Amino acid sequence: MASAAKRLEAISGMPAPQIRFDAVTLQLGGKTIIEDLSLGVQPGEFLCIVGASGCGKTTALRLAAGLYQPTSGKVNFDGQPMREPRREIAIVFQDYGKALLPWRTAAGNVSLALEAGGMPSAERPARIEELLRTVGLPGHAGKYPSEMSGGMQQRLQIARCLAQEPKTLLMDEPFGALDAMTRQGLQDEVLSLVAASGATVIFVTHDLDEAIYLGDRVIGLLPHPGRIGIELSVNLPRPRDQLSTREHPEFLRLRRQLFDFIKASEH
Amino acid sequence: MTGNSAKALVLPLGVLVALEVWARATHLQSDSLAPPSEIVMALFGAFADLSILAATRDTLFSAFTGLAIGTIIGLAFGIAFGIFDTFNRLMEVTVEAIRPIPSIALLPIALIALGFGYRMEIVIVAFACVWPVLILSRAAVRSIEPRLMEVARALRLPPAQRVWKIIIPAALPRIFVAFRLSAGIALIVAVTVEIAINPLGLGAGIMLAQQALRPDLMLAYLVWIGIIGYALNILLTVAQRRLFGRAALSGDSP
Repeated sequence: MASAAKRLEAISGMPAPQIRFDAVTLQLGGKTIIEDLSLGVQPGEFLCIVGASGCGKTTALRLAAGLYQPTSGKVNFDGQPMREPRREIAIVFQDYGKALLPWRTAAGNVSLALEAGGMPSAERPARIEELLRTVGLPGHAGKYPSEMSGGMQQRLQIARCLAQEPKTLLMDEPFGALDAMTRQGLQDEVLSLVAASGATVIFVTHDLDEAIYLGDRVIGLLPHPGRIGIELSVNLPRPRDQLSTREHPEFLRLRRQLFDFIKASEH
Repeated sequence: MTGNSAKALVLPLGVLVALEVWARATHLQSDSLAPPSEIVMALFGAFADLSILAATRDTLFSAFTGLAIGTIIGLAFGIAFGIFDTFNRLMEVTVEAIRPIPSIALLPIALIALGFGYRMEIVIVAFACVWPVLILSRAAVRSIEPRLMEVARALRLPPAQRVWKIIIPAALPRIFVAFRLSAGIALIVAVTVEIAINPLGLGAGIMLAQQALRPDLMLAYLVWIGIIGYALNILLTVAQRRLFGRAALSGDSP
């Protein structure tokens, strides 16, 4: 099982994965949260992870981030073991309200990532303005998070993550708390941002449509303990479109398959 | 607002007038009481000969220096205890054993070690000010949103920046409340030390007036100390609202 990822690599002939889980097991407080998870994510790939609540999808993401260390097995990034978080890996948390610094303005929140990266203060303002423009927040630099809507706050958090110039973007149900319209807008923006930067993405969501709409590949986890139950390649044309992609027969086929899986996994 | 504060003044003013009338009617002869008008006159007198201003300077110098030292020590240990749980558990018994010692009980030791004067008073004030700041800043650091600490980890913020840019600002609204508490304590302890033994400042002024059988002057000092404490609290409350109105609000909401 430990060589599953290697075998996949040998068969597919694809380049070495950027992130690789090798038979990862994680126990927290005597409970096995994730068991024997093997998984490779290729550079530039958009991987979505879905699953019933409590299946360990967020935990898997935290392992990829280096926020947790596996009890056994290995998590590698670019061939090196992940012992702690890295600057090339940015995390977008679901609870933007808690992840932003309430005492800093939008510009100040973006600046934090630049300061952590050691960028000289003279170079920061231009970069901050550019990043805020990229996420659609030009002219909001002086606002505090408490003065912004949920969608704007999540954009701001994404801007802060982009300031890290990440090779990998880990997103933990980033749009889970947003309304449907805002969510669709942000899905498309994330797709174009990722296409522009070429970043690898692991995107955790409980919204199956969202997973298929965004991903190159969707992995469904089974709960108690978390393990891979289904793996689907999404061969839908890019750029994706909110109407035509969602009406595509392939989309509907994958959607049915994924819904059946989730339903079965809950029993 | 004005109507309310006007109403709030009715009772104290009434009491003052009643006291004045009573003192005049009974031709008050006392070592501890004086008619309000004489207290006011004594206060003006003390201002005129600058004695109360010098005393105020001495007391506030000791109180504020002690407050500053105590706050810095309390803050350093409070933040360290909040961050490093092991350190906290190692020190917990020591802290809990020292903390209940009334600061004024240190007076004899401080007197032998440092003699009369500012230094002894400052040390005792500082000792009293350490605890509220230490206990509250430790709690404030512990209650920082864990997500913020994860953001700091994910951004690979160096430890010093983590303290300076995340922990202190996140805990600052509650640390300031502790500072306000300590400021009140500083004034109380400074005056107490002066009354008990130290021959300077407002406390010594009260003792001197008492020994000179001047109840009017003694009470004038008392009124003046009340005014200073009241002003200090208002100043710090306004500062707190100005500085942390927003942070306090957004820090509490989910």
